[in-house]
Amino acid sequence: MKKLHELIAPVALVLGTALLGLVVSSALQTYFLDTLIKVAIVVALYVFIGNSGVLSFGHISFVALGVWTAGVLTVPTAERAAIMPGLAGFLRHATAGNVPSLLLAAVAGLVFAFVAGLPLMRLSGLAAGIATFGVLEIVNNVLRYYDKIGPGLNAFSSVPETTGIWQAAIGALACVVVAFAYQRSRFGRQLRATREDPAAASAAGISIYRQRLLAFAVSGALAGLAGGLYVHLLPVEIDSLYLDVTFITLAMLVVGGSNSLLGAVVGALAIGGLDSFLSASENGVDLLGWHLNLPTGTAELTVGVVMAVILIVRPSGITGGREFSLAWVRR
Amino acid sequence: MSVSWQTLADALSLGGIYALMAVGIGLVFGVLRLVNFAYGQLIMAGAYAIAYASVWGWPSWAGILLCFAVVLALSVLMDRIVFRPLRTHSPAVMLVATFAIAFLMQSIAVLAFGQLGTVASSMGPLNQPWDVGGVEIRKIAIVSVVVAAVCLGLLQLLLTRTSVGLHMRAASMDFRTARMLGVRANRVIGGAVLISGLLAAVSAVMLTARNPQVTPIFALDDTIIVLAGVVLGGLTRPIAATLGGFTIGFASGLLGGALPTNQSQYLPTFLFAAVILVLLVRPNGLFARASAGAERL
Repeated sequence: MKKLHELIAPVALVLGTALLGLVVSSALQTYFLDTLIKVAIVVALYVFIGNSGVLSFGHISFVALGVWTAGVLTVPTAERAAIMPGLAGFLRHATAGNVPSLLLAAVAGLVFAFVAGLPLMRLSGLAAGIATFGVLEIVNNVLRYYDKIGPGLNAFSSVPETTGIWQAAIGALACVVVAFAYQRSRFGRQLRATREDPAAASAAGISIYRQRLLAFAVSGALAGLAGGLYVHLLPVEIDSLYLDVTFITLAMLVVGGSNSLLGAVVGALAIGGLDSFLSASENGVDLLGWHLNLPTGTAELTVGVVMAVILIVRPSGITGGREFSLAWVRR
Repeated sequence: MSVSWQTLADALSLGGIYALMAVGIGLVFGVLRLVNFAYGQLIMAGAYAIAYASVWGWPSWAGILLCFAVVLALSVLMDRIVFRPLRTHSPAVMLVATFAIAFLMQSIAVLAFGQLGTVASSMGPLNQPWDVGGVEIRKIAIVSVVVAAVCLGLLQLLLTRTSVGLHMRAASMDFRTARMLGVRANRVIGGAVLISGLLAAVSAVMLTARNPQVTPIFALDDTIIVLAGVVLGGLTRPIAATLGGFTIGFASGLLGGALPTNQSQYLPTFLFAAVILVLLVRPNGLFARASAGAERL
């Protein structure tokens, strides 16, 4: 595969974050883990939104589905009755190990995104945006209240906390590599052609519907995997995977530059890093001899300001939608 | 499933308020091709103005005035700081920028006023029931239907009988051609933003009367439903957007009142499933003209 060097920068950034996460205290490490999972989610978003140019507000529902799949299957059977009293049928007994549960989360994301995409990928523009938003609403609503299939409003407690720094890093890297392989494949190129000029791409024999559906399914799988990683990190409440996460991950993508994989990774790391740093400062941190203790809410406020300013000053994102190129080094 | 007169009146009034919000969003979309997600936060700011005015002991008319001042000032500010620099950029960037503004305003509200919220007690009298022919109906239900009808009538007059309205309609059909024919872009956009702000302020008063508990996420759910309604109706014409907003408000009020309690928690599922179905059949919107293929792929 040519242009393999484009993969260097995103991979190096993820690895660098993981290594940095290894040396900090365990209290701070949670922030690094969280940011790595955000990288996985934003890369999943990028596979569809970046390559197709169509906005989707539904991807966090695929993450929620990944959380649900991996969560329900890995809560120890002895504790299921206490955590999820309403659970019905085979869900009461079915179990999976750590890695199988992650893979099943990805499969759940893939299948659901494919099925949802079958009708939805016929839409475009605002109609597609609102319809994918509808998917988010419905999944959130059902998982929140239907307690026969999960913990409802409660958290997925007692899920084995297996997402350490390596599992998070490998998961994020897997997403980056899949996204890269997809974007260099003929399918990825065809979809990018439809993004640039739908009429010309159709005239060249590309089915916009099929290419969008494929990308939607692939990105659904990555989002599901990210959800699996997330529920293995901390006891997730399904309800928390809703508007806030949708906004912040979309903003990460756009701030980084939605037209490149590097943009997705840079955006997730930049906003995730800033948000983590400020959230940590709200609890008080010592930095270069200064003791920083910010009032609660500063993190959201600052992140909001930074996002707005970057969008106004540099609407094509930090990377301008370009991949890493060796020419940058030679210059 | 039985529908009472109260439910019907309530659904009508919710439809009226949502219609106002829908046309506020639709007008700005018409001239800017921008879906303003931060519209709900404008309403939230107005609701806080009313709540704080009532905490300070101001009379309710002063609270309403303050609400209008705050919402209008914020609308104009939003236009100047955010919409203007981004006018030439892709709809996705503009939409995400309004997300950022919404997020920002919400976190300012959390920081300044706290998570728990404030009660706008000055609007209490409007929430009292009225006896209409043996049926108890909340005053606000009747007031909001009347106010919505008056506002929409005035807006229709403005759009069809004044030159500003003509310019606005021309600009929303084809902005470039309209400019070449002498429509001044900043004036038209400024006008649309102002009217949209006025409608947001009116909606803020109505929504605060319906629900006096003002929190940082006030009107957020309403805005989401209205946005779905606007796209459902069709964004190409203000009237289509208005009808879309009314339809979804009415449907949501009716379903919310008519569903049994153990099912009403699934109201968003029913509502959005219906929205998706309608969009699949009519992607341009329920009330769009058949020939309105304005949007590109």
